Amino acid sequence: MTRLARLARWYGANPLHLLVLICSFAVTAYAGVRLFATRPLEVAIWFVGAAILHDLILLPLYSLADLSARSVLRHRGDAVPAVPLINYLRVPAFLSGLLLLVWFPLAFQLSSPYPGATGLSYDIYLGRWLIITAVLFGAFALALALKLRRIHRAARANEEKSPPGNGGKP
Amino acid sequence: MKTTVGRISETPPPPGPFRPGFWRSPIRGPWLTSVFGLVLLVGIPVLFVTGALSYAAYNPDLGPLNDQTPDKGLLGFYLFDWPTHPYWLYRLTQGIHVTLGVVLVPVLLAKLWSVIPKLFEWLPVRSLAHGLERLSLLLLVGGAIFEFVTGIFNIQLFYIFPGSFYTLHFYGAWVFIAAFSVHVCLKLGRMTRALRSRNLLTELRTDVAHTRPEPPDPDGLVPAAPAAPTMSRRGAVGLVGAGSLALLVVTVGQSIGGRLRSTALLAPHNRNPGSGSNGFQINKTAASVSVTPALVGPAWRLEVHGRGPALVFTRGQLLAMPRHAAALPIACVEGWSTEDQHWNGLRLADLAALAGLSHAGSVLVESVQPPGPYSSAMLRGNQIHDPRALLALRVNGADLSLDHGYPARIIVPANPGVNNTKWVHRLTFRT
Repeated sequence: MTRLARLARWYGANPLHLLVLICSFAVTAYAGVRLFATRPLEVAIWFVGAAILHDLILLPLYSLADLSARSVLRHRGDAVPAVPLINYLRVPAFLSGLLLLVWFPLAFQLSSPYPGATGLSYDIYLGRWLIITAVLFGAFALALALKLRRIHRAARANEEKSPPGNGGKP
Repeated sequence: MKTTVGRISETPPPPGPFRPGFWRSPIRGPWLTSVFGLVLLVGIPVLFVTGALSYAAYNPDLGPLNDQTPDKGLLGFYLFDWPTHPYWLYRLTQGIHVTLGVVLVPVLLAKLWSVIPKLFEWLPVRSLAHGLERLSLLLLVGGAIFEFVTGIFNIQLFYIFPGSFYTLHFYGAWVFIAAFSVHVCLKLGRMTRALRSRNLLTELRTDVAHTRPEPPDPDGLVPAAPAAPTMSRRGAVGLVGAGSLALLVVTVGQSIGGRLRSTALLAPHNRNPGSGSNGFQINKTAASVSVTPALVGPAWRLEVHGRGPALVFTRGQLLAMPRHAAALPIACVEGWSTEDQHWNGLRLADLAALAGLSHAGSVLVESVQPPGPYSSAMLRGNQIHDPRALLALRVNGADLSLDHGYPARIIVPANPGVNNTKWVHRLTFRT
């Protein structure tokens, strides 16, 4: 075994991998010293907290919400299996949640300097977000209603065509 | 030693997310991750470059008044004299920076969702290489979210981050881009292979019923026990795209202005604070920075310093001097901007000549505003000598309003908004 191969085996990857990482960490350290120059603990909490808040709180929460919604829909007695109902809930919830995730400081009037600095009021934002949310959910409810009606009609037409006793199931 | 390592690597994963059967989404896999990765591979460098340009636009090398990060050292290696042509340059670059940042939020979320099983891979550290790479990934994910959050909070004036926005966002960007570059180096090959592994058009024609998991991958993104699909890969990409589109629609109007401003339903500068000549967007009102009418009343004078004794002018005397017009926008670091406003006032070049320094290399502009960030700023020679660079006295056919900098304000083409100092009371030209 050559020396290089021994090194690679001990390290766990190609030596190039190590060089690239060291180069990156050097830049990180150079900028990091300056980033952490004032209020280092708080900055560190923000930096690492950002990753934790997303990976261990936000993502599990929305995954759990999605799982719960799916299990509720699955236990509906008369569910129509041909329609993935969940997406009629998922899409408006995702879009509305996303808009709030980005613009919540204005919607909840959390940025106290905003009205004074800009000469604009932040009263409008929560109402607008609620209206957008209502429109999104309303539009998807309407789309689902239309789709369900089409499916029921098709099912009834099928039943009428097929002889009694055959159930009309495909 | 060997046996210890062997024993550790045989340790079964703890229950929960560390078990391969825990993550069940049938659409997770290298192809989907790579689609989101490719979008970010294009988008993040655009964000970084436009961000770096914004730093250059402040002309930080003119001194601490223009530089919020004076200890930047080598990180300012690329700085150059910010041009005044085209006059809409900063409006464009910063509009792109902010709007693109907002629009990429769902792509970032989707990318992170698609690789979440990797966070819980077992063993947590398999080798030195693996450990170092995971440390770099913490910097990548932490850095990405840190940059997006500080940026998005700052444009809403939600100043809860620990310190100056400029310091955090600038150095944070370098930490992030260092981790981003290494991630690109290590994963580019895998991304291209994954993208080639499936035909895009076929994917775009595949509905939920025909959606099958990707073949097992060495990274463990593809679930070991996939659930029945509830969304196709086409649906997932479409959903993320719809999210980006929704954010674009409720945001971009504040950077385009005109009739489209009101379409930015949720953006901070989506309507004008007033009507008439002075009705356009305000960054900081006079009241918010403690500029009172008394400070700019009849006793106000403009001092012009240069070679020889200082010159002192009343507003009436300034109005009587040869005035020039320029149609220029206000463009803010927060990404919003106004359409061109019709300014009228004295050319900075003429004032420099009056001060006996017709080839002035810089000018210190001081405001009556009590000392604070951007109560004074430096302008460079190329900005002084652009014929459209004015000490404006009037706008859109009327006197400046107090909120727009009455009695006199700077307006320079392609200059970031805060460097167009308002309520000017002293100009000091230097060689």
